[in-house]
Amino acid sequence: MTHLRIDRVFKSFASGGRVNEVLSDVSLRVAKGEFVSIIGHSGCGKSTLLNLVAGLTEVTTGVITLDGREVSKPGPDRAVVFQNHSLLPWLSVYDNVRLAVTKVHPGKSRAERHDWIMANLDLVQMAHAADKRPGEISGGMKQRVGIARALAMEPKVLLLDEPFGALDALTRAHLQDQVMEIHARLKNTVLMITHDVDEAVLLADRIVMMTNGPAATIGEVLDVTIPRPRNRLTLAGDPAYVAARAAVLRFLHDRHRLPVAAE
Amino acid sequence: MAGVIVPPFVVLAFLLVIWQVAFSHEGATLPTPTEVWSQAGELIWNPFFVYGSQDIGLGWRVLTSLERVAYGFGLAAVAGVLVGAVIGQSVWMMRGFDPIFQVLRTVPPLAWLPISLAAFMDSRPSAIFVIFITAVWPVIINTAAGIRAIPQDYRNVAAVLRLNQVEFFWKIMLPAAAPYIFSGLRIGVGLSWLAIVAAEMLTGGVGIGFFIWDAWNSSRIADIIVALVYIGMVGFVLDRLVAAIGRFVAKGDI
Repeated sequence: MTHLRIDRVFKSFASGGRVNEVLSDVSLRVAKGEFVSIIGHSGCGKSTLLNLVAGLTEVTTGVITLDGREVSKPGPDRAVVFQNHSLLPWLSVYDNVRLAVTKVHPGKSRAERHDWIMANLDLVQMAHAADKRPGEISGGMKQRVGIARALAMEPKVLLLDEPFGALDALTRAHLQDQVMEIHARLKNTVLMITHDVDEAVLLADRIVMMTNGPAATIGEVLDVTIPRPRNRLTLAGDPAYVAARAAVLRFLHDRHRLPVAAE
Repeated sequence: MAGVIVPPFVVLAFLLVIWQVAFSHEGATLPTPTEVWSQAGELIWNPFFVYGSQDIGLGWRVLTSLERVAYGFGLAAVAGVLVGAVIGQSVWMMRGFDPIFQVLRTVPPLAWLPISLAAFMDSRPSAIFVIFITAVWPVIINTAAGIRAIPQDYRNVAAVLRLNQVEFFWKIMLPAAAPYIFSGLRIGVGLSWLAIVAAEMLTGGVGIGFFIWDAWNSSRIADIIVALVYIGMVGFVLDRLVAAIGRFVAKGDI
């Protein structure tokens, strides 16, 4: 049985009497433990696709199933790391993760919960800032706490919505390495939205390339067969890496330019 | 520090001197500061004397008034936050109720008093009701605005965690809207204090408002002046108190 299955999904938004078709006939199957990147130009509906899987938005037609059960509303089995971290600013780093842990693991004892919170903060190397508030830590740190909060829910699928889009290049590289390590250790299923070609190739087992909207759909799917663990420094000249990178770039720049640029 | 404390005292002394000079002539209608001190001195330096059931210090009177404000404003705070939270959840309710609130909130406190007396047939609940009805509107309106301003991100977090209505209210809604709620409470407490004095003038009792009315009827103008200073100081303290609680509750809220 397929782990995560997106089956002939259409999504349109009605606004002011007009219907905008955002996604048209999207189908995708993701195996357990697979890391899938979804790449496309901005406005192509890739975030909409992620919101559909998260259950934050409802499909217009089509079905999304996770382990055979239909996805209809949000839940901790599909934890989301949002683009702008969305930590609650009035809670400390620790309490932000605790909110998720008490809700998702109500059966655990107080001590077990504490250990689980600290274990997840440790995983993203943020245990040292447990008592800080989100306003007191950097953007990269906030994003790491967001990842810890999502991981603490022990989701079946981890949904990353351009998680590093707002970060500087160095911080981004560091976090990408951490996500790779965590994925290697925990073997989570990950669905990551990105518009960064290098990020997609470096992290993913498979890259799903979306055509431009409106009525965007999956244009091509590329298997990235580079063995893990992957190292960004040695990969730079690796033929498989270069070929994968070129394929994605070709898709984005030649076949599916931004509509404005194509005219 | 001295730069902050000295100017108000200098200005105050200056104003007192002008007042003294302006009302020192023969046939002046109002007492000068020195006359206030000599005629109503005990009211100033002994706020808590008790010489009889109606002859008590202004401190006691202020406390009586504050008790009424505590009931009226306390009710307004709880009801205002709850009603605001419900209305802020729905665009339809917001559109439906907002014009009514905007009209009602401009009704002066005293205008509510006759209808309140008619309904309760007693001065004490009437005074409390007048405070409640005066203070509740800014709390409702600000709470609703604060709820509407909660970022979608926080709602998404709540949705992913499957927080129920009660958890959402305590864990997301109240803290997220706290800055708005407290600015509403701050306006509300100011209005309460305005309302209590007016209401007590008409309903009697031993509050500070009635004291002023009583002093006017007995031509004790100096007493009225002392009472005005008391009222102003207490209103100032109330305002700062709510603001300080708001800052404490909403700390780190950036």
